[in-house]
Amino acid sequence: MSIARAEVAHLARLSRLALTDEELDHFAVQLDQIISAVARVQEVAAEGIPPTSHAVPLANVFRDDVVIPPLGADKVLDQAPAVEDQRFRVPRILAED
Amino acid sequence: MTDQATMNLVSFEDAVSRYDPLIGLETHVELGTLTKMFCGCPARFGGEPNSLVCPVCLGLPGSLPVTNRMAIEYTMKIGLALNCTIADTARFARKNYFYPDMPKDYQISQYDEPLCTDGWLDITVHDPAAGDEPRPFRVEIERVHLEEDTGKSMHVGSTGRIHGAEYSLVDYNRAGIPLVEIVTKPVAGTGALAPEVARTYVAELRDLLRALGVSDVRMEEGSLRCDVNTSLAPRGASAWGTRTETKNVNSLRSVARAVRSEIQRQAALLDAGQRVVQETRHFNEETGTTSPGRSKEEAQDYRYFPEPDLVPVAPSRDWVESVRAQLPELPGARRARLQREWGLSELDMAALRNAGALDLVAETIAAGATPADARKWWLSELLRTANKSGAELGDLPITPADVARVAQLVDSGVVNDRLAREVIEGVLAGEGTPDEVVTGRGLVVVSDDTALTAAVDEAIAAHPDVAEKIRSGKVAAAGALVGAVMKATGGKADASRVRELILGRLS
Amino acid sequence: MDDETRPGEAMPAPDRAGRDRASELTRMTAAELAAAIAGGQVSALEVTDAHLGRIDAADGQLHAFLHVAADSARAAARAVDERRAAGDVLGPLAGVPLALKDVFTTTDMPTTCASRILGRWRPPYDATVTRRLRQAGVVLLGKTNMDEFAMGSSTENSAFGPSRNPWDLARVPGGSSGGSSAAVAGFEAPLGIGTDTGGSIRQPAAVCGIVGVKPTYGGSSRYGVIAFASSLDTPGPLARTVLDAALLHEAISGHDPCDSTSVDAPVPPVVAAARQADVSGLRIGVVPELSGEGYQPGVLARFNEAVELLESLGAKIVEVSCPHFSYALPAYYLIAPSECSSNLARFDGMRYGLRAGDDGTHSAEEVMSLTRAAGFGPEVKRRIMLGTYALSSGYYDAYYGKAQQVRTLITRDFEAAFEQVDVLISPTTPTTAFPIGERADDPMAMYLADLCTIPSNLAGNAALSLPCGLAPEDGLPVGLQIMAPVLADDRVYRVAAAVEAALTQRRGGPLLDAIRGPAGLPAPVLPTTARASGHGGSSA
Repeated sequence: MSIARAEVAHLARLSRLALTDEELDHFAVQLDQIISAVARVQEVAAEGIPPTSHAVPLANVFRDDVVIPPLGADKVLDQAPAVEDQRFRVPRILAED
Repeated sequence: MTDQATMNLVSFEDAVSRYDPLIGLETHVELGTLTKMFCGCPARFGGEPNSLVCPVCLGLPGSLPVTNRMAIEYTMKIGLALNCTIADTARFARKNYFYPDMPKDYQISQYDEPLCTDGWLDITVHDPAAGDEPRPFRVEIERVHLEEDTGKSMHVGSTGRIHGAEYSLVDYNRAGIPLVEIVTKPVAGTGALAPEVARTYVAELRDLLRALGVSDVRMEEGSLRCDVNTSLAPRGASAWGTRTETKNVNSLRSVARAVRSEIQRQAALLDAGQRVVQETRHFNEETGTTSPGRSKEEAQDYRYFPEPDLVPVAPSRDWVESVRAQLPELPGARRARLQREWGLSELDMAALRNAGALDLVAETIAAGATPADARKWWLSELLRTANKSGAELGDLPITPADVARVAQLVDSGVVNDRLAREVIEGVLAGEGTPDEVVTGRGLVVVSDDTALTAAVDEAIAAHPDVAEKIRSGKVAAAGALVGAVMKATGGKADASRVRELILGRLS
Repeated sequence: MDDETRPGEAMPAPDRAGRDRASELTRMTAAELAAAIAGGQVSALEVTDAHLGRIDAADGQLHAFLHVAADSARAAARAVDERRAAGDVLGPLAGVPLALKDVFTTTDMPTTCASRILGRWRPPYDATVTRRLRQAGVVLLGKTNMDEFAMGSSTENSAFGPSRNPWDLARVPGGSSGGSSAAVAGFEAPLGIGTDTGGSIRQPAAVCGIVGVKPTYGGSSRYGVIAFASSLDTPGPLARTVLDAALLHEAISGHDPCDSTSVDAPVPPVVAAARQADVSGLRIGVVPELSGEGYQPGVLARFNEAVELLESLGAKIVEVSCPHFSYALPAYYLIAPSECSSNLARFDGMRYGLRAGDDGTHSAEEVMSLTRAAGFGPEVKRRIMLGTYALSSGYYDAYYGKAQQVRTLITRDFEAAFEQVDVLISPTTPTTAFPIGERADDPMAMYLADLCTIPSNLAGNAALSLPCGLAPEDGLPVGLQIMAPVLADDRVYRVAAAVEAALTQRRGGPLLDAIRGPAGLPAPVLPTTARASGHGGSSA
């Protein structure tokens, strides 16, 4: 196994996915297969090869500092699951660390 | 968690006598651009909740960021003013973590390719242990990078704070405001001056940012926020100790207090043979101490990777040089020049800076006052008033021109010093310009000889022994009679004229 | 999903003559329809109604659409008719109906990405592509089915059930733009829009027997495209002819200041190239790494015929090796999941869409996790976790970093190849359409469907898939992939149009005329001659 079930559980947590035990079992097997397969990239001799993050190289794309009218609070909030005092109501947040 | 109560408190002086502190600062500054970092929404403080938001800064599916050119330019300005190298290629990266006030659940920031690197800021602190001797420090800057701010959460519940809240309410107006992070390298060799070095660095940085015109740098509104790193090593040890990061220290005074209290806390831990835990801590304004953040069940893994929605920033040499050419006179150079021009001592200048009065004094001088007068009025009467109400000097309802006019009224003898203080009081109370207050309150010095002569005669009659001394040549005794006349005239008399009249009568 | 918006009840029952005319309209190409509308032979409304009628008749089986917007489609058609009546000069696609993949934001229709996590989200803004289509007078019939968040090659990953291949309802229409492909191949719309991240336009086009194009990355705007893998996602056209694809390509392309990765360069002359249809003197490279073992014999047979055909048309055929292409698939399955793990973080139930488990007992973190567990399907979860893994500290260099280097090597392979040849060709897919369910829980098998298409996503160059016949063993369409350098999109059209013309002539009609009309699916078959004569002069 290239990836342990415990590691899959950790990934699920890091990804904010509340998975069931069955899902974890299932994904552990599949992720193991996939990771073994994609690890082939490590075979490539890539010494000194720069990474490509954009297929078509561009640089210095900017916007002028000019105000565009915002959406307005009504449009911003009308898709929200819960609203109070013109703000998004969200469940209690544990302290940021 | 370490229970501090079980440990012996260590005094600051004791701590720094046995341990060397190492400090580092990460300062976040909201830029004063018109619009946000990656969209055209107004980058404004306040506003109705969620009224300054669009698909981009709300992170709606399908929306894409476009970089604000001015934010890049402001960041370059800061970098250049801090003697940094501007990168040939800088890149934005995504910092991934889930948090409700972060619309995309990642923050667009800069990681391994920041815009500015390797600079410095020179500061001077005064060493009370050496008769307030000025001591220069060069604080080295590791990097200056650009990122986006998050929204703001309001915690609803009995405590009103994040701990114990039932739920939270989020306003995304602040989300996406350009935020510059200025990170120092570790500052060593400060010893007992560590808190003051930290404080002075932030003050100097604030003045610099203000002079550059890139931010309104109001700490109380959160447009300048500091994280303070502190570690201790036993004196002479070769390796540095474990550091803690105290988050969101939001006033100059707190910066110094946070360093001081962390030094004491860590010294107590080390004394007790315990280890300092590498962690994030929070500064409590009321107690002046730090407390641990939520314990980490897992190490944060931000999974940085290059932001695929943005392209690299590759400032041309021409662009960098044109920004450099726009830099104004920087605060350090300006202070040196003003000190020379005004003929003030290093300490006088330090006092002016600490009071935030430098610009006010300069403007007062520009409005016609002498440097000595300008300094005197701002640092005495006005500073007292400001301190009493907890306001900043600049927030007092009096202009440098008003102060210059008061000085002028004293100079021309219209009012004396005591009356001048009343004039200022009147201006601050909203009674109008200095001249209007003089008229309104009837504060003009009495220099009409007829009125004064009567008062002088009365004073002589009431103090025959003093009068006798003066007659016999002890002119210095006249002061007592002058005082009596001033009292009788309610302070409005021209003291020098009164003295002349007394001496004339008794010669 | 949107039963209330299905056009059925609102449609008057057409008489036989009306049915024939409607059937005829749905058989016409976009270019023909636009010309007929501009020439007054038919109204845009009539064209729209014909297609809504076809959707009504066929979509119960094809399930190409997630949302049919009959009312707003008719309103858009009427607006075109009014503009024509007022004497306005109409654009080259004005009044032509289109099936829009449900990954583009639309203010007047829900946008679901075929996921439950978006709930009934109504975007407050239009995607740039949506906006440009509206401006061009294109009539949006509705939003089409897809693999959830464009992750997949079959539409089986849709939260709302798979679409079906018009050639065989038991088979997949490909994916992720399978809904748009099925709609175009099934005559529900002459045009479709998809997005191509690893082949999501070309692969469904190939298995549905239509034309699909991935423009040069940055040639068409991503603004308002719900991101799967930002550095790869490319919107593009689906159509039944090369010319139609070119017309649509031109309508949606061009610089967009809202997309920082949008190319600020003139749109390549794709329409002119599609009309040129000439390959004489062109150097065409065959990539040996994209054929051979694992490829269905019938696919290879048709591909080899296409190579011979090109040679007979005057092209010079060369074999050009691209040694790093064999690493494209693993690199792609690191890069795309990595970007998606970050792009899909925002679906956390806080601001829009689904929220699960908010009963007052759970923290925000728990509600996020419950929402995402309930809202995402298995493939999305797999890829999010895979991407999270690949980006984790300690693994980044070995996986994501390495994949980005492979990307450089693949780009260099292309650059070296394009020094020798003008275009490269390969089969679009290793196999024809596979049966629904066959690969549904075998991700590795599913991923192989994108074997030939992925290199062009990693390198960002233009690529097109064109039907080049039916595989003898199963009678299903085979796609020919044509790849051209970055910003040389016109070349793929030029070659494709030449092949299309030659094949149509050889076959005596469009490939889709061979569609057998599976049981229960009314096939609107008309003789080609009737179609041509039915609009005498309109297309002249």
